[in-house]
Amino acid sequence: MRARLGGLPTFVLLVGAAYCLFPVAWVVVAATKSTGELFSTTTLSVGTSLLANLGELGSYRDGVFWRWMANSALYAGLGALLSAALSGVTGYALAKYSFRGRALIFNGLLAGVLVPAVVLAIPQYLLLSKVGLTDTYLSVLVPGVISPYGIYLARVYAAASVPEDVVEAARTDGASELRILTSVALPMMVPGLVTVFLFQFVSIWNNFMLPYIMLGDDGKFPVTLGLYTMLKQGNTTPALYTLVVTGALVSVLPLIALFLTLQRYWRIDLLSGAVKA
Amino acid sequence: MRLDIAKKAAALGLGLALLAGCGGGTEQTTDGPVELSFWAWAPDIDKVVDKWNASHPDVKVVVSKQAQGDELVTKLLTAAKGGNPPDLAQVEFQSLPTLVSNDVVADISEGAAVAKDKFAPGVWDQVTLGGSGVYAVPQDSGPMMFYYRADLFAEYGLKVPTTWDEYAQTARDLRAKAPDKFLGTFSSNDPGWFAGLVQQAGGSWWSVDGDTWKVTVDDAATKKVAQYWSGLIREGAIDKSPMYTPEWNKALNDGTQVGWLSAVWAPGVLKGNAESTLGKWAMAPMPQWDAAEPRTGSWGGSTTAVTAGSKHQKAATEFAVWLNTDPAAVEGLVTQSAIYPAATSAQEALTNPPAFFPNQPDFYTKAAEIAATSSGFTWGPNVNVTYTAYRNAIGEAISGGGDLVPALAKMQGATVDDMKANGFKVGG
Repeated sequence: MRARLGGLPTFVLLVGAAYCLFPVAWVVVAATKSTGELFSTTTLSVGTSLLANLGELGSYRDGVFWRWMANSALYAGLGALLSAALSGVTGYALAKYSFRGRALIFNGLLAGVLVPAVVLAIPQYLLLSKVGLTDTYLSVLVPGVISPYGIYLARVYAAASVPEDVVEAARTDGASELRILTSVALPMMVPGLVTVFLFQFVSIWNNFMLPYIMLGDDGKFPVTLGLYTMLKQGNTTPALYTLVVTGALVSVLPLIALFLTLQRYWRIDLLSGAVKA
Repeated sequence: MRLDIAKKAAALGLGLALLAGCGGGTEQTTDGPVELSFWAWAPDIDKVVDKWNASHPDVKVVVSKQAQGDELVTKLLTAAKGGNPPDLAQVEFQSLPTLVSNDVVADISEGAAVAKDKFAPGVWDQVTLGGSGVYAVPQDSGPMMFYYRADLFAEYGLKVPTTWDEYAQTARDLRAKAPDKFLGTFSSNDPGWFAGLVQQAGGSWWSVDGDTWKVTVDDAATKKVAQYWSGLIREGAIDKSPMYTPEWNKALNDGTQVGWLSAVWAPGVLKGNAESTLGKWAMAPMPQWDAAEPRTGSWGGSTTAVTAGSKHQKAATEFAVWLNTDPAAVEGLVTQSAIYPAATSAQEALTNPPAFFPNQPDFYTKAAEIAATSSGFTWGPNVNVTYTAYRNAIGEAISGGGDLVPALAKMQGATVDDMKANGFKVGG
């Protein structure tokens, strides 16, 4: 009986894993194929031209692909870092201080979590064009710094992981509020902030709509937009499938690397704590 | 001190320009070189623009490569609303009315009307929208043609169809001889392709009289085309899977698709998607409804437009005219960007066949003859809505048995509703 019960969930999970991983496997295999092989050979037969594809990708329009990758790294890296910092400070303030309007601010943030970022892209564009910031690096960076979900997570995490007693003890010892934040609270919140950083990094890295609307200059494009321009060159020219597939593979590598290096901070009880709070 | 005066003068100039409004009076006079931004998607178009920059040190054009499609129209609309559109943009023919009715593109008749004679009347009409204004300069066009695998046609003893009746019969004969192959496919994914077929049959979807639009997406010619294809789909004589998918590419490669009703730019697509079939294809005119009066429709094609928000409309217009009529520029567009030029003299100047068609040395001579039979067409201000309705309704019709005619009523309804909702006057 036990064995049969154990078998079914495993099977379901295996099917789920195959469902999720097959597209990834497809991208990996397809990236090794030349243009001629891509649509003529069997799906999972490995091709011969991974290195040639990488070389061609690198030389496409004088190496613009690496520029797009660097742009993505800047938008996602700096954006997520600033976002984690802002979320940490805001979340801590919302969790540990009681002040007038706290509930209002927090509920406002919760409402913000519910609004999909895609809907905001055009209003954000119109706002930023009023201050002349469109088509600049800032236009993609700034909206990425404020993450309602990050603040929400940081607040919940601060409430759960920074004991009131410790903060009180620090106060009694005469530490300033800023000192308490930087020396006591933030170090305790690191795992939560890493989570915010990761979430935000991934969402900025994969973001399409916001940079699509904001940026006109293709030299400032992140890699998502860049690959899209390679795919849609008009119906007079075939899409650069091999280069796009290879580019897609290269563009997920930083995400995988980031997850592997930061996963030790990833605590499963983080989410269960969130539910209890 | 001198600097301050210059600043004040510039501010005053800007103020005056703002007062003058956008009626062409926004020309900014600056001493230094002018820089124009240009959104375009044609591959390597920046290399063609470099030629302009080399010979025009005072007007520098900077290309920013964009992704082609309906989304780009949205992006242009948003940028114009925010007050910072590019100076120039590559715009598809069918998107131009949308941009005109939203005041995104400028009337450049003053600088561009001189180019009228360089283009076939049917092409020029699409940038004037039938009025006295000129809203863009045609760049490339896509007269439709029939492509077929010459080797497989010979193998199965098929003759190149010259009428639609013959096309249907050829499709059936091929199925009888090679049950795993198709003469073509009816694609629910490519409304532009269907619109081309409708143009050939003499269909008209929009017309405008004064400020009242007439919408006839379900007119008699369109119904005729839809009925014809419904028949072929229902008897299984042709394929019904969409184009431009990996499966379709594979089918082009392995010979499952023996023919393709496409446009003059097809060789480039075949080269990219079905490299292994080099030299096996041949091009012929479209099958005809009336063999005595050959016609074709257009699929694709784009223009260079100047935006109403540009501060340098005069310089931008000069560039748009140069890009699409100057022999050296057009030659660059043909060789670097692989487009089929809209300018008639440039069409005639093409002598070498496309690299993928070495077996058809007179490819471009024939293409120019076919291009001359293109039907004109008036696009409406919401082609994107009609196209979306096509994808949904035709997709449903194909999976639901293959009767395409009811889908036309849905396309008509969606188009009219959207135009009314957006404040257009639509007459019956």
